[in-house]
Amino acid sequence: MEILNLLADGFIIAFEPQNLLLMLIGCAVGLFIGAMPGLGSVNGVAILLPLTFIVPPTGAIIFLAAIYYGAMYGGAISSIMLGIPGASTAVATTFDGRPMALKGQADVALITAATASFIGGTISVILFTGFAPPLAKMALAFGPPEEFALMLLAFATFIGLGSDDIPKTFFSIFIGLVFSAVGFDIISGRPRLVFFDIPGFLHGINFLVLAIGIYGIGEMLWTIELSKGDVQMSQATLTFRRLLEGFRNVGQTWKATMIGSFLGYFVGILPAAGATPGSLMAYGVAKMVSKHPEAFGKGTAEGVAAPESANNAASTGSMLPMLTLGIPGSPTTAILLGGMIIWGLEPGPRLFVDHTEFVWGLIGSLYVSNVFALLLNVLLIPAFIWVLRLPFTLLAPMIYVLCMIGGYAATEDMHDVWLMLIFGVAAYLMRKLDYPMAPAVLAIVLGELAESSLRQSLIISHGSPLIFFDRPIAGSITVCALILIVLPLLKYVKVFVRPKPAQP
Amino acid sequence: MKELLGIRSKPVLCTLLVSMSMLLAPLAAQAWEPNKPIDFVIMAGKGGGADKMARFMQSIVEKHKLSSKPLIPINKPGGSGAEALIYMKQVKGSNRDHTIMVTLNSFYTTPLRQPDLHIDVLKFTPVARMAEDTFLLWVHKDSGIKNVDDFVKAAKAKGNDWIMAGTGKAQEDQLLTEFLNKAYGLNMRYVPFKGGGDVAKQLAGKHADSTVNNPSEAIGFYQAGTVVPLAAFTPKRLALFPDVPTFDELGKTGMDYFMQRSVVGAPGMSKKAEEYYAALFKKVYDSAEWQKYMKDKALQGDFLGGKPLMEYWKKERESHRKILKEIGEI
Repeated sequence: MEILNLLADGFIIAFEPQNLLLMLIGCAVGLFIGAMPGLGSVNGVAILLPLTFIVPPTGAIIFLAAIYYGAMYGGAISSIMLGIPGASTAVATTFDGRPMALKGQADVALITAATASFIGGTISVILFTGFAPPLAKMALAFGPPEEFALMLLAFATFIGLGSDDIPKTFFSIFIGLVFSAVGFDIISGRPRLVFFDIPGFLHGINFLVLAIGIYGIGEMLWTIELSKGDVQMSQATLTFRRLLEGFRNVGQTWKATMIGSFLGYFVGILPAAGATPGSLMAYGVAKMVSKHPEAFGKGTAEGVAAPESANNAASTGSMLPMLTLGIPGSPTTAILLGGMIIWGLEPGPRLFVDHTEFVWGLIGSLYVSNVFALLLNVLLIPAFIWVLRLPFTLLAPMIYVLCMIGGYAATEDMHDVWLMLIFGVAAYLMRKLDYPMAPAVLAIVLGELAESSLRQSLIISHGSPLIFFDRPIAGSITVCALILIVLPLLKYVKVFVRPKPAQP
Repeated sequence: MKELLGIRSKPVLCTLLVSMSMLLAPLAAQAWEPNKPIDFVIMAGKGGGADKMARFMQSIVEKHKLSSKPLIPINKPGGSGAEALIYMKQVKGSNRDHTIMVTLNSFYTTPLRQPDLHIDVLKFTPVARMAEDTFLLWVHKDSGIKNVDDFVKAAKAKGNDWIMAGTGKAQEDQLLTEFLNKAYGLNMRYVPFKGGGDVAKQLAGKHADSTVNNPSEAIGFYQAGTVVPLAAFTPKRLALFPDVPTFDELGKTGMDYFMQRSVVGAPGMSKKAEEYYAALFKKVYDSAEWQKYMKDKALQGDFLGGKPLMEYWKKERESHRKILKEIGEI
């Protein structure tokens, strides 16, 4: 009951006119920043942080959290409409959102994304409200072996999908892993894989560069080949009736949305993971448990609902270790953490006790921000649809320009723009050869974390891999992951052993 | 109506102009001004001690409008600071006057360990030493360890299964681990992590047995009672931890170690720009916020700039060369 009292106090703070206004502006700004390729919640929060000195800390965190949220909603927009991930967190949304738009279902995809985001956001705030302290303990229980086990599980979900060509999936993952290893080695502190001694490789390959290359440039080349530049991007229409239908559709994606919400939230809580791996994992798991896994990647609403609910849930989740432990769960919360120090608050175990007004005001605002973001998003759908109706000759150059900006904005290095173009052409060729691209993106996102946690674990265990099995949490996750990897392989082996069982 | 407004707005305008010119006066007196946003490179990952401090300095600059152009923080954590150092070295043209970096002791150790990077830190521009950070030895409260004697007993019993978590390879934390190993005949296993915040979490989650975190990194868990400081690597007790002895008091000398929290400019920065940034960070140093931050985080050290800072670097680099040789890293 005490929690409900505190929450009520939080709502009173959140409903102060100034705070309501801050949320509305924050959501709108976030939506825009999220929708711009290359700019994500990290950039938005970092750029606007100094502006927050004019309001009290509670208002400031409410504003920045609203931007964080809005950006999660906004990222889906360009993923669906243009096929370029608007933010790193929306990469997985491209997998199915884009094909849906090409089929003329952009409105359904947008509505699915918005509602899934809303549900994911709301479920995660409820979890946050009820179980912050025990969940913070859970985050602490994750050491290097557990982190690695989780990474293994993430990869397993992508291998264990069954419907893709497994050797090609492996190849795609390995390519991604090699790219993630470029730059510096954290254990020995030495540069490695700096191709041709080009200094641009020293900071590693930013995976947004890879993702924009693959899904922006590669996709455009593919479309040009298919259509010979002759076709409209999609026959998007929007009537009130279709809008209603879109909402009715949501019922069919509830399973994917639930998976996304819970998985996203838990992955978000873990320090160092964050919303991007969370949404990718949710996509993989949703595909695995779906009745129609073969429809994934070809434009199914489930494939949009899972990552979108997950990235919103994860963004709330990642605030939990920040507030309770003083450890950021994502790059964006790292900046929020900096902000709190500037406002004179010490994030950490004492925050919930010493600054209840701040904490509960923020929690209250998360509920309200979610509603604002949903409303803004739905109201703006007609404007997004209008973009799709532009002729291809106008839209294609626009997308190229946005890709260039996105590739540059991520690291502000021209080197990365060239790299993005190369990735785009390579992705186009690989697509012609029918290689899946999503596993490569997953690998480059998770590769660094997987590598450092693997090596830290092995240092701790004197090189014995048993460390991944004899600890309860790590052990159970590792076993799950191994089963997922082995199952489809068995199927594959069977096909080889008995090539044509149907023949007499 | 228009006239009325005109008359009424004039005094307002005048006061505005006057107050603006008063604000700008100290800046206008300086010959050089940045003409574009300033790259504020952070030689460490997000969320660690260096990162928090850099963002805090940025906020003081913003709050008091000390700079006409904003500081844009960029994290370059790769390779124990090597990424940041190479980035600084490659800065060209007018960017040299618009790139500064927050640095720690990896400023000395990384170039010493990796001569193939061809970085001479004495070519960098000394701007400001903002503080010297301190180190303590921490354990988890559930370990039951109350003092250094208990610690030595427990660590000896576990041999090289005793996990010491720290930031990066052959950086401050590993040097201190080696100090301890040598002074007490221990064989602790050092595991590198990406940032001080991550290290603090490893101890709080009992994935590590001990750490040598800075006070700022461990203070959240310390206040919650999760972690316990055993001794300080300082010549005098820290005001923030009056009951925690120093290693000197415990009879182990030569264990004092500080980490610089300095701001450096790109190599080849113009003299005028150097003076501008030194003045800027002196104002930050003197601000009430910075002084309070130093007190709250147990930071020490006076402001150093220009030549004295360069002398300090020369001295520190030699002592690090000696330490690294002793522990066999170079």
